[in-house]
Amino acid sequence: MNKIPNRQAICEVLNEAAKTDKNIVVLCSDSRGSASLAPFAEAHPDQFVEVGIAEQNLVSISAGMAKAGKRPFAASPACFLSTRSYEQAKVDVAYSNTNVKLIGISGGISYGALGMSHHSAQDFAAMCAIPNMRVYVPSDRHQTKKLMEELVKDEKPAYIRVGRNPVEDIYDEDDTPFEMDRATVLCEGTDAAIIACGEMVRPAKEAAEILKQQGISASVLDMYCLKPLDKESIIRMANAAKVVVSVEEHAPFGGLGSMVSQVVGENCPKKVATMALPDAPVITGTSMEVFNYYGLNAEGIAGKVMELLS
Amino acid sequence: MENLKAKAFSLRKNVLDMIYGAKTGHIGGDFSVMEILVSLYMKEMNISPENQNDPDRDYFVMSKGHSVEAYYSVLAAKGFFPIEEVIEKFSRFRSKYIGHPNNKLPGIEMNSGSLGHGLPVCVGIAKACRMDNRPSRVYTVMGDGELAEGSVWEGVMAASHYQLDNLCVTVDRNRLQISGSTEDVMHHENLKARFEAFGWHVISVDGNDIDALCAAYDEAKTVKGCPTAVIANTIKGCGVSFMENQAGWHHKVPDQAQYEQAVKELTEKEEAARNE
Ligand SMILES: Cc1ncc(C[n+]2csc(CCOP(=O)(O)OP(=O)(O)O)c2C)c(N)n1
Repeated sequence: MNKIPNRQAICEVLNEAAKTDKNIVVLCSDSRGSASLAPFAEAHPDQFVEVGIAEQNLVSISAGMAKAGKRPFAASPACFLSTRSYEQAKVDVAYSNTNVKLIGISGGISYGALGMSHHSAQDFAAMCAIPNMRVYVPSDRHQTKKLMEELVKDEKPAYIRVGRNPVEDIYDEDDTPFEMDRATVLCEGTDAAIIACGEMVRPAKEAAEILKQQGISASVLDMYCLKPLDKESIIRMANAAKVVVSVEEHAPFGGLGSMVSQVVGENCPKKVATMALPDAPVITGTSMEVFNYYGLNAEGIAGKVMELLS
Repeated sequence: MENLKAKAFSLRKNVLDMIYGAKTGHIGGDFSVMEILVSLYMKEMNISPENQNDPDRDYFVMSKGHSVEAYYSVLAAKGFFPIEEVIEKFSRFRSKYIGHPNNKLPGIEMNSGSLGHGLPVCVGIAKACRMDNRPSRVYTVMGDGELAEGSVWEGVMAASHYQLDNLCVTVDRNRLQISGSTEDVMHHENLKARFEAFGWHVISVDGNDIDALCAAYDEAKTVKGCPTAVIANTIKGCGVSFMENQAGWHHKVPDQAQYEQAVKELTEKEEAARNE
């Protein structure tokens, strides 16, 4: 069982990169502990800026620092970063095209029992709707590392969402297939195409295994790049299959499911089912309890595929 | 009259039971804010299960929503819901007692959890009550770390602009937040002067002293033409020696030995207060 959450993988990449690139700065809003960035603050005190509990300030200050030549990574809980600082992200980061990377930690329903104020089930929709904002939702720590290694080098705005808890590895440490802005194909299939992102990739992969035992062949696509969305892979997978199922830890509107439906509808119409959180405050519970309750698990996904095929 | 000092210690034990049972919660801020909530609910505010739908009642918003365990224990003591049920169900699967205030529960006016909302919401409540000439007073409690949110100061500005003397804000000034000392993270030096500069009446008190707090809230009721801020100088983790003034106890969960030690200390303090 992997014990390293994706947020820690982010810290490790930033820690390394900051040694040689003195322009890398990390900004936190009383969030260094939850972001696993305390080791960065200790190792690079001169490249760390604390702004206090002030997420709007966090994003605008980051944009200002980027304007003056720094490469800021602003880390705060995804719920606050994506909605409290939404206008700062839209205007100061995306519109002004400043090189700010927004790291949304404890995304989705990671904060379980803390309730809707702490859930970020709107961040895909919100961030994807901003022109010039890229949106990434890595699945496991190895993919997170590969993604961050690209992001520390480039010059454009991006929003990255990771969860709080460690998740089982999807990929092997020294053999993680990764191409920037191209979804990763986990397996190919002819009956169903399952397209997932973030923490939902694991149950999607397991669902394909369950389906295989039932004689159903499913492809699984790890769509870590929500924007720019890898449309080509979606079309290719959808064309090869009879039905398409998308799975995400997000509200049912404006996220992966909406975008997949749009692409499939425009290019290769066929039945698409969107699996997501409900359009309601989710029940109280740990993330596992919440996922299971709403069928966002391997059995639920496999069941949905069988329902669509029958 | 009921011994409120003893009550504050006994209510802390309910907080401890919630957090120890659910293995989650924000104990440090619960213990710093306890006397503030006890003073307001047991003595100062006109809020009870009987009048909760009366438009002339007082209003309270828990801006530092993470201290929900203290809030639940005081609301239960006030009769809004049974404490046994809270302790049994807090943060559990499908529970309505979630980890931040939720107004599906009786006694809770507004949902909170995202810091920096309570004061501006209370400005709205206070302004509306003024428009309708209601006698209601409006109260909120903020953390001192929370004061870094810009929305707080937008509310501070508007409250004095509209001369909302029916509004009384308490700052739980425990000088700690998650990452350590508030003064290292984002300082609030001269906090009294800051509020005064915005045109507020400010009273600075020992925030774990119920008599001092009640005197401050009584004084606030007499102030005319401007809102009042009570700076409650508190101790985070107050009541349990090893939690006091320790940033780590913001949201740490006690183990069995710590739980037992905490119960012992709180019981001793409760009894001492009763015999005072
Ligand atoms: C807008 C927002 N940002 C961040 C958080 C996460 N958070 C919860 S409690 C806390 C620290 C609060 O410190 P303070 O206001 O001093 O409260 P206290 O010490 O009384 O617990 C933080 C950052 C939040 N709840 N809301």
